[in-house]
Parts: sequence; C-alpha cells; structure tokens
Amino acid sequence: MKPHLRTCIPEWRSDSLPDNTAYEAGFLVTKNSGWRDIRPVIDTKKCTGCLQCYLYCPDGTIARCGNKVSVDYDFCKGCGICAKMCRHDALRMEAERR
Amino acid sequence: MTRPTARNITEDEYFFGHKACAGCGGSLAVRMALKVLGSRAVAVLPAGCMSAVGFNFPQLCFANNAMISTFAGTASMMTGVEAGLRARGEKDYQVVGFAGDGGTADIGIQALSGAIDRNDNMIYICYDNEAYMNTGTQKSSLTPFGAYTTTTPAGVKIRGNIREKKNMFEIVAAHGIPYAATASIGYVDDYMAKVRKASEVKGMKYIHVLAPCPTGWGIRPDETVEYARMATDCGLWPLAEYGCGEYSLTRSMKDPGLLRAYIRGQKRFRHLRDPDIEYIESKRDARWEHINRSWKAP
Repeated sequence: MKPHLRTCIPEWRSDSLPDNTAYEAGFLVTKNSGWRDIRPVIDTKKCTGCLQCYLYCPDGTIARCGNKVSVDYDFCKGCGICAKMCRHDALRMEAERR
Repeated sequence: MTRPTARNITEDEYFFGHKACAGCGGSLAVRMALKVLGSRAVAVLPAGCMSAVGFNFPQLCFANNAMISTFAGTASMMTGVEAGLRARGEKDYQVVGFAGDGGTADIGIQALSGAIDRNDNMIYICYDNEAYMNTGTQKSSLTPFGAYTTTTPAGVKIRGNIREKKNMFEIVAAHGIPYAATASIGYVDDYMAKVRKASEVKGMKYIHVLAPCPTGWGIRPDETVEYARMATDCGLWPLAEYGCGEYSLTRSMKDPGLLRAYIRGQKRFRHLRDPDIEYIESKRDARWEHINRSWKAP
C-alpha cells in the first residue's frame, strides 16, 4: 500500500472532479524528481543492508530490496540525508545531469 | 508487542509523494508514525506544513484516511472521528493527529486540553519545528530563546526571540494524561517505540517530536537529522516519557559542550553573542538540575 502515480489525471470541469471535499487517498499525479540537482547512488558492494537510509528518508523513497536498498528516483528530492546516515560509505550524492 | 525496527515495520508508505521541502523533519515524523500505526490509522491534520504539502488536490499523499481540520480544532476533530468510528462498530483503528508547534501550543491548546480531560482514545503528535514554518517562519510559543523569526527579528537591542520555549510536555503531563512522551526525528528508533507504546495505551496520548526545518533554521537539507540529534545530545531537548504520575528520562545528555556547535551552526541564531549563549546554557543547566532531581534515570 502506497500512494502511486495515476495515468488518468482529473481535469477541471470533468466528471472526475470531486463533488465534495473528499477524494481518493494516495492519488498522485506529479513526480518530485525535478526538484533534485544531486542524486543518491548506491554502491551495492559496500551496502550492508543496515537500513539506516531507509529509516531516515523523509520522503520514503528508499525501499528495502532483498538485503539491500533501492531508490525511487521519481520521488527522491535529493536532500542527501541518506548519504549522511550511511555508515558504510555505500551512498554518495552525484550531480544530476540533464 | 516487539519493538519496531527498520526490519520489522511495514514496507507500505502512507505518506509519500508529498511536496515538503527537501530534508523536511516534519514529514519524516509523519511518515514513521504512520508506518508504525498502519493502514487502520485515521489522521487529522490542521493548517500547517503537513496539510499544505500532503493535500494539493489532485496530488493526495496519504495512503490511509486523512483529513484537514480547522487550525484550532485538531483534537476536537479527532474526538469526533473516534466517536464516529466507534459508532460504526469499527475495530482496530487508531485516531492520530499531526499538528505543528503553533497548532499545538498556541492555537490548538484549548482543544488539546479538552481532549486530554475527556481522555478520548487517540494519539496526538506535535511535530515541533519551533516556528510557523508553513507561512515563512513566524514565532510560536515553542520558538526557543534567541531565534530569529520574521516576527522576532534580530537587531542591536533585541536579539531575536526574547521568550523561552514553552514546556509543552510538562503542561500536557500536568493534566494527568495516561501517556506523554518527547521524541526526536534524530532518534527514529526511540520515536517509533514511543508511537507503538502510545498505540497500546488506552486513553489520550501525546507525543512531542522535535522535527528540525532546514528552511527556517538555516541549515542544509542533509543536516536535519544531525541537528535533531545534537539538540538531544547537548541537553536542549531531553527525551522522556510520562505515565502513571511519573517522569522518566529515556536518553541522557551526551555532551553539554555540543550546545555551542548546535547554536553556531544555525542561521537563525547567528546574531547571538557569547553572553546570549551562556544564558541559554544556564537555562539548560537549571532544567537538568530539576530533571536529575525528580525524573527517573534511563
């Protein structure tokens, strides 16, 4: 269970607009990747799966993946907390290239 | 129940895709609390950062049921939600409120006090970033002494906020609440354990979690967790619990000397002079004298 991107975006003046102030939970229509100018890169050889990065990510973009971790680059804002939390030097921040 | 850890908490994310600033401490507090409470948690959020970044229609970032209350009415809406769920015969739910420091200690304190008095079965979490950050950093009653905000500017005569931080934890505990705790996003394990404990206590629960704001404190986005840890380690933010009429410390002060680095590292304190820092130190030492005398050691 996790808010996820929808393909169908409710348009103004369409039937999908809510007729009251309630709407479906976990309904995402935009990514946050454009906020980022640095990105975390995981060195899987050094990663011990201690999960400190997963625990401290304010955006929940680091997921447990077997006994390692993976980053959801669609929603990572590049704050760099994960790299600071990593005790094994397995996460470093790299400049985003566009 | 076992202590929640990175390995045994759910992989579900209940607060995801939100528009909080990079490195936001408050969003980490909301995310981790919901991961401990699970999908049956119903969240109430007043005006504040977390409602502003979580509900930008059509971008709705809570996976569980969540709604916005009036600024002053977090705790009273929680009471209504809890009564409604009970009336519908729902089981195994948690009603949780996430209010900022202004929404708790200034604007929402009356509703909170009333809810503690009624002893409704719910958890109130105050994420404390020490000012009204959502509207661009105005002083709240939880802003610490000396901090620059737009309503307490620093000049030659008055250097930032002249008032002390309100002791919200002990104000709440003085109601005789079943469970209250202070926590920090710098020590997420301790915070998760307190949220879990709160979910198992019957009646009203209050958790006050320190959540640094990189934008308002003037620190880098990747320093949020470090500064939250430093606040506890230097003794300015003691981690403690209250229950059954007794206060108990859950983490001792690590290094009183860290205070200077904590203050000097933040832009909101950069105008402070050495005598101001000595004043902050003396206030902290007086507080710890009281804590060491009357609170249970960890």
